[in-house]
Amino acid sequence: MLRQFVFAGFGGQGVLTAGMILANMGSLYGKEVIWMPSYGSEMRGGTANCSVKLSDEPIASPFVKQIDYLVAMNKPSLDKFLPQMKEGGTVIVDSSIVTELPQADKFRVVQVPADAICEKLKNTRSANVCVLGALAACCELFTKEQYENGIREYFSSKPQFHEGNIKVFEAGYAHVKEG
Amino acid sequence: MAAVKKAPSTIYGYNSFCPGCGHGIVIRLIAEVVEEMGLAEDAIGVLAVGCSCLTNRYLALDLLQAAHGRAAASAGAIKRCRPDKLVFTYQGDGDAASIGIAETLYSAQRNENFTQIIVNNGVYGMTGGQMSPTSLVGQKTTTSVKGRDPEIMGMPLKISELISHFDVSYLARGSVHDAAHIRKTKTYIRKAFETQMNQGGYTCVEIISPCPTNWHLTPLQAVDRIEKEVLEYYPVGEIKGGAR
Amino acid sequence: MKRLMKGNNALAEAAILAGCRFFAGYPITPQTEILEYLAKNLPERGGHFIQTESELAGVNMVLGAAATGYRAMTSSAGPGFSLKQEGISYMCSMELPAVIVDVMRYGIGLGSIMLGQGDYFQAVKGGGHGGYKVPVYAPASVQENVDFTIRAFDTAEAYRTPVLILSDGAIGQMAESVELPEGREHDPDQYDWTLKGRDAAHPTGRKMTDRIYYDFKFHEYDPHIRERYAKMEKELQMWEEVETEDAKIILVSYGISSRVCREAVKTARKKGWKVGMIRPITLWPFPKKAFAKTNSHAEAYLTVEMNACGQMVEDVALYGRGVPIYSYPSGRSIADPEAILQKIESIMNGEEKEVF
Repeated sequence: MLRQFVFAGFGGQGVLTAGMILANMGSLYGKEVIWMPSYGSEMRGGTANCSVKLSDEPIASPFVKQIDYLVAMNKPSLDKFLPQMKEGGTVIVDSSIVTELPQADKFRVVQVPADAICEKLKNTRSANVCVLGALAACCELFTKEQYENGIREYFSSKPQFHEGNIKVFEAGYAHVKEG
Repeated sequence: MAAVKKAPSTIYGYNSFCPGCGHGIVIRLIAEVVEEMGLAEDAIGVLAVGCSCLTNRYLALDLLQAAHGRAAASAGAIKRCRPDKLVFTYQGDGDAASIGIAETLYSAQRNENFTQIIVNNGVYGMTGGQMSPTSLVGQKTTTSVKGRDPEIMGMPLKISELISHFDVSYLARGSVHDAAHIRKTKTYIRKAFETQMNQGGYTCVEIISPCPTNWHLTPLQAVDRIEKEVLEYYPVGEIKGGAR
Repeated sequence: MKRLMKGNNALAEAAILAGCRFFAGYPITPQTEILEYLAKNLPERGGHFIQTESELAGVNMVLGAAATGYRAMTSSAGPGFSLKQEGISYMCSMELPAVIVDVMRYGIGLGSIMLGQGDYFQAVKGGGHGGYKVPVYAPASVQENVDFTIRAFDTAEAYRTPVLILSDGAIGQMAESVELPEGREHDPDQYDWTLKGRDAAHPTGRKMTDRIYYDFKFHEYDPHIRERYAKMEKELQMWEEVETEDAKIILVSYGISSRVCREAVKTARKKGWKVGMIRPITLWPFPKKAFAKTNSHAEAYLTVEMNACGQMVEDVALYGRGVPIYSYPSGRSIADPEAILQKIESIMNGEEKEVF
């Protein structure tokens, strides 16, 4: 079953990394996987996005056409990718930044105040890990343990951040599950 | 009775340079130094495009003929891959100071460990005497028919002086227009090669050389011109590393 | 074990695994990761990395390294690849093995840094002077970036020729799972022809120069060149066939566009349309053997490529003689599976115009 993801936001919010963590997890757990960044000569701080395709079978086109899961960390990203949402898909928005939410008749909208959560946990540069927590609560392609493992694996060269990362991830996950 | 000096065995066959051309002298100096240093089996030369590539036919060393202007780039790579060999380029001024000026200056800037030998005769010889970067002010060539006009064509380029801005290991300018200068130039080549093999780093010898054919002079007049005009603008001597 | 790697990084790693110990290059998007990866990793693994002042210096350093028997590589994109042509022509003439990578971007001149497939002619028809030919591999995945880079070094050495890898911005930037092979050590001294200082077998030294000068009599040179390229043409053709046996409409596409076409073939087959694909893997030699198999039953060839006017379609017309030829150059846009299906439908309905 093919699943198509887009992670989008400002440059510096770590959306490319969030996508890469998911892609890496896919590779780790035997999925066929493609991660594709938008790249450009835009200034740092401009918009950034990447797409991830996960499947049990070889993936033909690397380009995402219909999005199953959109993680939007700012308003321009949300506006840009909403038209590509698949019916029944899920939009995860960082509600600390995006206050205006889309009409949700054809797909599910999940809010997670990622920035606020990170601030509360005094781990302000981890909003991308927080939204992964939210994604883990919606997308059960992997178990929660697999997600956590995937995050650990990705940051294996920086073990000092593991605890902080997992806390933020858990908080994002809990917010969606309990909220 | 004058002593007869045998040609080094590293030179074979007959060269095809014009009468009075300085290339044959420079090649011979290189061959003598290579043999005196016992490096004939351990030398790799990189030839440029132009008259200098005729050297292929009579210098008995492993030789690469590089693309026009790129000898320094190719030589730098060869030395990196064969660090125990003596590696030198043999280029004209058009090759090293015009089309290949970037390769020349960046070899100096990176202090690439090879020796660049630049024969400066102030014209493009092989293509029939066009203005080169080192043609003197007023010099008539097929592309500066009324003489080099600095207003339009700029001043003649001093490649050694440009190279001297970098932290290179050895740099000198010699000439082959008379016996005394030939002997001196040979010591420059030797010092450059020895520096390369011992201390390492970029070394370069620019050599003023006559081109009677394209200067439209007799060989003797060409020698005279070097002494009276060329050396005034391009003074000979060691520029870097000579004191060592 | 498989691991996730970006295409450019995987290509660079594959070069090291193939025994490449010399790289000289210049930054240009979207190939810069190759440069960066090798800057970090090549010196650690016993190789030489040089960031050169220009692509000209880069390719001519590679020429020098190749002359000593080293496995050497340079990489670039679009405008920088144009500057590499001088060195490629010289290496062809000197018959020196090396690998040159073009991670294609889009457009003419400076163009855009986004993915594109505009350098087909330049790579395949001789981008430099003199009428040479070079084997060109076109990877369509990160795994193929690995496999064809290694193959490119082997081909280069077996035929003593520069070999091109025509990748593109998407394959270079995207990440997929790859299986890396065991690394190999390459012995630069194994061949007699490499520059290493004269010896008894070469008492006047080796003359590494355009072979036209010393190695052939006047009338022997052209037959040598013809024979050389005929041999490569016969032995090196590679392609992939996707459901071509009974196909009436056959897509022809390489590199990143072929990934999209593969999806279009899947969808078309679900609709019951007899659609297949020939994916050239070597762009030169062009896989004419593939077309010899399908010319008898194909009713149309539809070439899909990411440039403005169509380039490969001319070779498809040459080798698909007798079969109607259609072209879908998707330009700056990534070819879209839906649009390809529409083209197919319009061909089936006789509404599409042949291009030749």
